[in-house]
Amino acid sequence: MAALLQVSGLHASYGLTRVLHGIDFAMDEGTITTLLGANGAGKTTTLRALCGMVKTQGQVRFSGERIDGKAPEDIVRKGIAHVPDGRGTFVNLTTEENLRLGAYTRRDRGAVEADLERVYGYFPRLKERHTQQAGTLSGGEQQMLAVSRALMLRPRLMLLDEPSFGLAPLIVRELFEILRTVNAKEKVSMLVVEQNAAMALELADHAYLIETGRVVLSGTTGEIKSNDAVRRSYLGY
Amino acid sequence: MQELLHQVLAGLATGGIYASLALALVMIYQATHLVNFAQGEMAMFATYLAWSLINAGMPYWPAFLLTVVLAFVLGVVIERVIIRPVENAPVLAVVVVFIALLVILNSVTGWIYSYTIKSFPSPFPAEPIFGQYVTSHQGGAIGVTLVVLLLLFLFFRYTPLGLAMRAAAQNPDSARLVGIRVGWMLALGWGLAAAVGGVAGMMVAPIVFLDPNMMGGVLLYAFAAALVGGIDNPAGAVFGGFLVGVLENLLGAFVIGNELKLAVALVLIIGVLVVKPSGFFGKVLVTRV
Repeated sequence: MAALLQVSGLHASYGLTRVLHGIDFAMDEGTITTLLGANGAGKTTTLRALCGMVKTQGQVRFSGERIDGKAPEDIVRKGIAHVPDGRGTFVNLTTEENLRLGAYTRRDRGAVEADLERVYGYFPRLKERHTQQAGTLSGGEQQMLAVSRALMLRPRLMLLDEPSFGLAPLIVRELFEILRTVNAKEKVSMLVVEQNAAMALELADHAYLIETGRVVLSGTTGEIKSNDAVRRSYLGY
Repeated sequence: MQELLHQVLAGLATGGIYASLALALVMIYQATHLVNFAQGEMAMFATYLAWSLINAGMPYWPAFLLTVVLAFVLGVVIERVIIRPVENAPVLAVVVVFIALLVILNSVTGWIYSYTIKSFPSPFPAEPIFGQYVTSHQGGAIGVTLVVLLLLFLFFRYTPLGLAMRAAAQNPDSARLVGIRVGWMLALGWGLAAAVGGVAGMMVAPIVFLDPNMMGGVLLYAFAAALVGGIDNPAGAVFGGFLVGVLENLLGAFVIGNELKLAVALVLIIGVLVVKPSGFFGKVLVTRV
């Protein structure tokens, strides 16, 4: 079976500054893959490149079909939801309006209503605040909202950019628990970028280590965890 | 007392028209953070189209509706063809484009229709309603304005497309990530603003008469209205419109005379910018430095 996502020779730059120098990786349907790396390694850029937000060279195939060079609004329609860096909250809209926007490209109105209840099931706190302006939610709630907004697409693949950023450890644990449930129950594949390597390795099946715009190491999370260099540099023991 | 009531009601009638145009300004400002100086001339041009249709024998209300549609299309086309290419240009360049648009629309209208002042029909009967306090055109204009405002509110508040337009104006990057075609939402915003402006033009034309410069003063009042309410707040702009209309009429009738009425708008604009730049209901902009 072909990989769900197949990235080969991905280059990207901001203006004249090259950020990615030929990234290669692949992931299978139903799995959770994580991209690890230090600040500035190119993790966020990789996600932004996958969903068409930066100009790229190289190939990106999503279930066999080329999606590189397509616009973000077309890539969403293929079933790829992006939980962006900074959460991308529509701060002046209500929580529920934010969620409905996640389903903007869907035409099955009835199922969207059911999905609202489904994500409220995962995050009851959002239901309590469904009429509240999203900008007034706490950081953790806004991250839950960003994940929920992505789920409203009923995506095949979710791209998560630093879901743990700025959150209290307890909330991170809760959030990752829900991501695991979503992955197991709904077979949503996930590509997670994280600085918190320990948390990410616990969540994921596969990991790629990125350094200065290149993949330098890959393997199952078990293999990566037991790699001495990774342990010293990213896990700190 | 009777005179006072009369002036207040007349003020509400023109105030509604200012409110519509102010709302058109706010709609474009929210999406682009720019004030469209050509909004008034776009409305004027639409009103001339209505005049042509009515003169060609079309009954008033079908001509009214067709004009609204044509104004919408004109707004969309102007955004796509003229504004789109300067999307990422510096602010001043875009302002120059707006002013050029103003001058071009003004001259083209003068060239097609000549600068002679024409009368424009009102769809409302000649006899006054509510005794002698308000002419039926004034009453009708208030009614039409309120209907337009209500329709806009319902559209933006309750339809998926309205929600998408608000999202695109507020956070374009995030909007693209959920699949909203932000460029088209902008064009749609221009179309809606032009349509609302067209209604304002058709409502004000029986009062100020039809000529290519008819919207100059109206646009100035609409600016004042938008600023008073807070340039980023639609409800504020509507409130500001009615306030400016009433203030203008009362001051004109009892304090400074009709000749100086337009100065009221300028004093208001400067006053608001000096005392409370965010307007009564606007958001105070805080920037981290």
